[in-house]
Amino acid sequence: MNKKPLKRAAILLSIFFLLASITSCGVKDSTIQEKISEATKTTPELSSITSAVKDGVVTLSGEVKDDAAKATCETVIKAIKGVKSVASNITIAPPPPVQAITDSTDDALKKGVTDATKDFPSVKADVADGMITLTGDLKRNSLPKLLQSLSTLKPKKIDNKLTLK
Amino acid sequence: MALQDKYKELIDVANASGVTSLQVQEQDNVLHIDGEAPTGAIKDKLWEVYNKIDPDYRSGDLLLNVNVSANPGTKAKVITESSNLNIRKGPGTDQPVIGKAAHNEMITLVSKTNDQWWLIKTDSGVEGYAYSQYLSPQS
Repeated sequence: MNKKPLKRAAILLSIFFLLASITSCGVKDSTIQEKISEATKTTPELSSITSAVKDGVVTLSGEVKDDAAKATCETVIKAIKGVKSVASNITIAPPPPVQAITDSTDDALKKGVTDATKDFPSVKADVADGMITLTGDLKRNSLPKLLQSLSTLKPKKIDNKLTLK
Repeated sequence: MALQDKYKELIDVANASGVTSLQVQEQDNVLHIDGEAPTGAIKDKLWEVYNKIDPDYRSGDLLLNVNVSANPGTKAKVITESSNLNIRKGPGTDQPVIGKAAHNEMITLVSKTNDQWWLIKTDSGVEGYAYSQYLSPQS
């Protein structure tokens, strides 16, 4: 059996890998930087990240929203040809403050209250600190309708001081 | 917890009558009950129970925000007391009136802007915004 062709193939393959590794070692920092800019266009997580390249080592800094975004940034950069290693100074942004169950601002609330009380001209509604105070008078059977409208505005409280007729 | 005890019957009725996305939370001594009622009749029932526990809704310790759920494309009845319902150019009473829907008229819900306003269309082709509280979705 002739093993020559096999041997030849093996030699060719090693030469190929040798060349490939030499080329990858030789990627210029500026080329890597360009690739990072390209990656930023397709990876939105990278948009808040700045990068510096020195001898194939990429240093990333900036803030992202969570661990997953951080991992994505690092993986994408590591995959760029010529990058030897990634030094990550990426930090995770603190979570936004938990929203209170009522967050209508007084301005938004006032506009909503104006709409809700339009058909009840004898009712006066005051808005302060997210609370609605009702004064004036109203027919008893219109009361649920008015309160239902006002409740959809998510105020903190409705103080019903109406005189019912 | 005291408020949840006070309004226990209301919460029980809401649960028993198929109110979905039901949320009961207490904040600053006010109980907030939010959810979606399957029909207008059930919403009315809840307000009756509320009135029974707290006559004329005087205590100011409950915010009942349970509205009738409706998908765009469904019909709704105009439930003004007797007058016509204004159809406006935009969602707000400061917006110009571009048409009217009659008391008891059936209109089509096009899309929900928020809990206050629906974009609607009448059978005569007028399209604009109407106040949700005057619309009763028909399932």
